[in-house]
Amino acid sequence: MKAVSNAPVGSKKRFDVWGFIIHAALVVVSLVCLLPYLHIVAKSFSEDAYVIANKVYLLPKGFSIEAYTKIFADASILRSLYVSVIVTVLFTILGMIVTICAAYPLSRRQLKGRSTLTFIFLFTMYFSGGIIPEYMLINNLGMLDTLWSLILPLSFSAFNLLIMKTTFTHSVPVSLEESARIDGAGHFRILWSIVLPLSKPILATLSLFYAVGRWNAYQDALFYIKHNVDLRPLQLKLYYLIVQASESFQLEATQVTLSNPEVMKAAVVVFATLPIICIYPFVQKYFVQGTMLGAVKE
Amino acid sequence: MKGISIAKSKNETALLKESRYGPLYYLRRDWQLYVLLLLPLVLVLLFKYTPLAGLVLAFKDYKIAKGFWGSEWVGMEVFQELFAKPDFARAVRNTLLLNILDLLFSFTVPIFLALLLHEVKNILFKRVNQTLLYLPHFLSWVIIGAMAYQLLGEGNGMINNLLATLGADRVPFLQQDTNWLISYLLIGIWQSMGWGTIIYLAAMSSINPEMYEAATVDGASRWRKMWNITLPSIRPTIVTLLIMSLGGVMGGSFERIFSLLNRATTEFTTTIPVLVYRWGIEGGDISRATALGLFQALIGLVLVLAADRIAKKMGEDGLL
Repeated sequence: MKAVSNAPVGSKKRFDVWGFIIHAALVVVSLVCLLPYLHIVAKSFSEDAYVIANKVYLLPKGFSIEAYTKIFADASILRSLYVSVIVTVLFTILGMIVTICAAYPLSRRQLKGRSTLTFIFLFTMYFSGGIIPEYMLINNLGMLDTLWSLILPLSFSAFNLLIMKTTFTHSVPVSLEESARIDGAGHFRILWSIVLPLSKPILATLSLFYAVGRWNAYQDALFYIKHNVDLRPLQLKLYYLIVQASESFQLEATQVTLSNPEVMKAAVVVFATLPIICIYPFVQKYFVQGTMLGAVKE
Repeated sequence: MKGISIAKSKNETALLKESRYGPLYYLRRDWQLYVLLLLPLVLVLLFKYTPLAGLVLAFKDYKIAKGFWGSEWVGMEVFQELFAKPDFARAVRNTLLLNILDLLFSFTVPIFLALLLHEVKNILFKRVNQTLLYLPHFLSWVIIGAMAYQLLGEGNGMINNLLATLGADRVPFLQQDTNWLISYLLIGIWQSMGWGTIIYLAAMSSINPEMYEAATVDGASRWRKMWNITLPSIRPTIVTLLIMSLGGVMGGSFERIFSLLNRATTEFTTTIPVLVYRWGIEGGDISRATALGLFQALIGLVLVLAADRIAKKMGEDGLL
């Protein structure tokens, strides 16, 4: 992205009022994006008394990490974290395998039946059975209250397939592939030794799409994980804990009475977003690239 | 003699062609490609196409005891009952209302924001702002819902605390119907505005800098250049994205609404996906919920196809 210089050449010396206003407006809008999170962080580190008195804004008052020690003592939250990690890892691996296996053949011009197959895959973007038929299927497969219900159904994503197919079509030079074929390389070989190494950025991008998407989703878990409370991923646990507030924090056996759940809630929000916040600055550029690719259709 | 041999050889080549280019030939030549397609195909057929068969439940009176096959066919009866429900009309109205309002605001704000970001020449300033603006996109709806209540809650939300400190009255941002609607829209804008700029900024970065230079020489002001160079350059992008969003006005995120709704505000929160969940998964009325889902999916498909036609008519790339 190149910065385009479009300032009036002659007016360099004069103070650019509109330029200042534009910059100020952007700073304000950016702060609006940041401050709510900052408030939650401040609350999570504050002492109960200040939070109850509604005194905490953007900085913690009376520093305390009590809420965090309680979270790490809460077996059910840690179990949810564990479930989320397992599901996210397995889902990302499977999703990538499925996407690569579909995108490579569909990006080859010599594939007979390519347009029909592409239609079968991409039609799912525009019409689906919907919530209930999918729920019935999961039920009939005996996958309700299992982790498979969170891993298998969404592992195929037509949107990600489209991105990877477009990249495979354009990023690998035909001549390179042809010379490999002349040397006797089969499709497996070409995919493994030429196409995949040349497509590393898009592999990183789509892995992140899968991982962050899975980490953040809770709709399917809400539908499919009903009775086996132990299998709730973190986001669903948070839903019951904070949004619905139908469940209380399970603290250590010593029955600590919680004077104010607000601090705990704030701490749990920070706890659950920490993985995302930590990787976010480093992976942001992959997301931006992926989003731009998604907008470019073949 | 000659003629016969030609005919024969023609016949032979035809035969040869037939056998060389039959499906088996391709299957043998590219068997590795078909092997690769097996796993995705199985997953798609099982998890995306099998549920389509489940849609017949909308035309049956589903009883758990009788099962999928044993339940009675009732034709359009489920739909007649569905259309007569007051909840149905309300859900359709809310789905359209929320999505159209979203289209008016969440769709336009990123365009303005991208125009502002495009005016920034300092790369570091731009990067830092973009990083902050993209942040909400990476938070899950549960987290956003939790944060919304911590900030906008009437009794102890930060914004209400601030209002109280300033001597103003506390506002039930999320506990009153109209306020809830406004909060819902603002939270949607907050979550998506930064991320929405990416595609516009990409389109803007491909504008030829000479156009701006020429305009500057001609004495064009900042706004003039924005109006006459930048906006026309991203118009195709705006039109394409707008048409794509039009195709989605019957859709909408279940997670977004579900993590923001509460018992105090029922007027605008019952959308189609929420009602499907309530009827089908919570209430066990499988047939009616399936019918409602099918109704939504069909209208959604028609809208997408219409959007595609409009896009192609206007000379833009279609969706399909």
